[in-house]
Amino acid sequence: MASGTRPRTPPPALLDATALEALVDALRARGFTVMGPTVRDGAVVIAELTSAADLPYGVGVDTDAGRYRLRARDDRAAFGHSAGPQSWKNVLHPPRALVWSADRTPDGSMAGGEPARERRYALLGVRPCDLAAIKVLDRVLTGGRQADPVYTGRRDGNLIIAVECTEPGAVCFCSSMGTGPGTDDGFDLALTELVDGGEHLFVVRAGTGEGAEILAGLPARPADEGIVERAREAVGAAAGRMGRTMRPGSLPDLLAEARGSPHWDDVAARCLTCGNCTMVCPTCFCTTPEDVTDLTGDHAERWRRWDSCFDLDFSYLHGGSVRTSGRARYRQWLTHKLGTWHEQFGSSGCVGCGRCIAWCPAGIDLTREIDALAAAGAG
Amino acid sequence: MDTVAHAVVPGPAFPVPYRVVARRAETADTVTMELANDDGPLDAFAPGQFAMLTAYGIGEVPISLSAVAVAGGRTRRLVHTVRAVGAVTRALCGAAPGAVIGVRGPYGTAWDLAAAAGRDVVIVAGGIGLAPVRPLVHAVLADRSRFGDVALLVGARTPADLVFRDDLRRWAGAGAQVAVTVDRPAGDWDGHVGVVPSLLPQARFDAGHAVAFVCGPEIMMRFTAEALIRAGVAPARVQISLERSMRCGCGWCGHCQLGPLLVCRDGPVVAYERVAHLLTVREL
Repeated sequence: MASGTRPRTPPPALLDATALEALVDALRARGFTVMGPTVRDGAVVIAELTSAADLPYGVGVDTDAGRYRLRARDDRAAFGHSAGPQSWKNVLHPPRALVWSADRTPDGSMAGGEPARERRYALLGVRPCDLAAIKVLDRVLTGGRQADPVYTGRRDGNLIIAVECTEPGAVCFCSSMGTGPGTDDGFDLALTELVDGGEHLFVVRAGTGEGAEILAGLPARPADEGIVERAREAVGAAAGRMGRTMRPGSLPDLLAEARGSPHWDDVAARCLTCGNCTMVCPTCFCTTPEDVTDLTGDHAERWRRWDSCFDLDFSYLHGGSVRTSGRARYRQWLTHKLGTWHEQFGSSGCVGCGRCIAWCPAGIDLTREIDALAAAGAG
Repeated sequence: MDTVAHAVVPGPAFPVPYRVVARRAETADTVTMELANDDGPLDAFAPGQFAMLTAYGIGEVPISLSAVAVAGGRTRRLVHTVRAVGAVTRALCGAAPGAVIGVRGPYGTAWDLAAAAGRDVVIVAGGIGLAPVRPLVHAVLADRSRFGDVALLVGARTPADLVFRDDLRRWAGAGAQVAVTVDRPAGDWDGHVGVVPSLLPQARFDAGHAVAFVCGPEIMMRFTAEALIRAGVAPARVQISLERSMRCGCGWCGHCQLGPLLVCRDGPVVAYERVAHLLTVREL
């Protein structure tokens, strides 16, 4: 390749649905731990896949504010579900992680370090909204002066197989956040699933050399322009079927001006401050450390677990917490997610996946709260 | 305990062990300790920056340096002044010479002393807030001719809570005006009584030509900064040191937010004018 020219994108290929088996096998043969969607406990969760048979074929989901239910589809789509309670955050930035361990040395000092990386993950079935969320986490946890070693230990060397979205849910609004339903970068392979009339196909694009290499080993055939266009149309149609819309305009400005809005009291009257929204959010990254020792005191470890700005202790300084009212804690969450995140990390913290709406036990919908704050400000 | 066997590697989250080589009680609840590591010391700390100190098996807290001794671009000696207010700070205060404490850093922004070159300097500290400005006082007095008038105004709750008393006497003899006030007099106290900003009128400095450095409880910093600005100090020339819950020092944990700021990254030292509008918002 001549220097200065962009690498030529290989033409899209076509895979039969049965080739997913070969894909998972190929990834495992290359030493990847393959993580992807599977059904567990009445939800589509993200877990290790030992075979493509673990994928949620024929499973759809119904979502709404405060609602998530599995339903049987009338086809065998493997990725015919919108976002579940977990995201790739659960893999890359796990709920509980060892940060370091140390042992007392004979001279009384402490020697140890951070855990060495043991696995390389392939992420199979990453939605464009969730791919955008991974990019957000990259900026937050690796974009500073020092990269977070827990995150990089799981993120480095990922192989990402994105699946474009043709099945948005009632709480989805990625198209108004500019993060989906299609994607053009950040993946090794991108699939678009086509199921109708008894056919079950995937249009496949390679985004990296490693992706192209894996694709070359699969039983693929060239995709003709007609089917590539059908895939494009299916993604385009999905953009028009979003259940929610985020208000356009500068949300950082709107939220900075809304700090004193009476509407926060209205939300606080409904919000249970349970923190579910922060747990299911694919970009909420806050953690708290927990130090432990064994009984001798000669072995010490630091663990960390997800924390939430809805927790009263979250803002604790000696003497008391900064944010005690539910009003202040909801304001912090929403203002950070959609407003101050831009100033801190150069993008919104929201990718429009809708998880916080579905998993809020009170059915609080951030798109509506933003509309209400805008209305209260205008009035 | 959920212990797993694993290989370990060095990294930025792992504290470097430092040994306590000296310990002095400042007050009933405050200790100054000197830490040393001659093997693999950390990068040089600047006045105003902080370290994360680990009491092994108990936890980690952010503590500013109360003196900076740098050799060859590395920090072989660290001086920290710690007030015992919780489990970790109690353990740190109780660490005797010979004990090992984990250290990570340097973190955060430093006092911008260069901005004060050729100007008058006003340093205002409340309570344990004297610790983070102490290396600044050292730097100013070590290069005294670079600055105009230098005033140090110090407040404490009671005379018994005053830290660095010997230093205050020494600094008064080394070219700084030193004034001290307490909120509640006790014993044989015959000095000033009142909040710190009430010391401002007796300090000699040219407000229009001064740079101010303020550290203490947030409410004290607000009132002091406002008083300085009313006296004529430019808002951009008032620096304060913010405090929020800081659990990692690296911007990874999300705890230390103040509006758009991550205090561990964008602070602790900031220009007052950058945050004045944020400090008046309740529960921000």
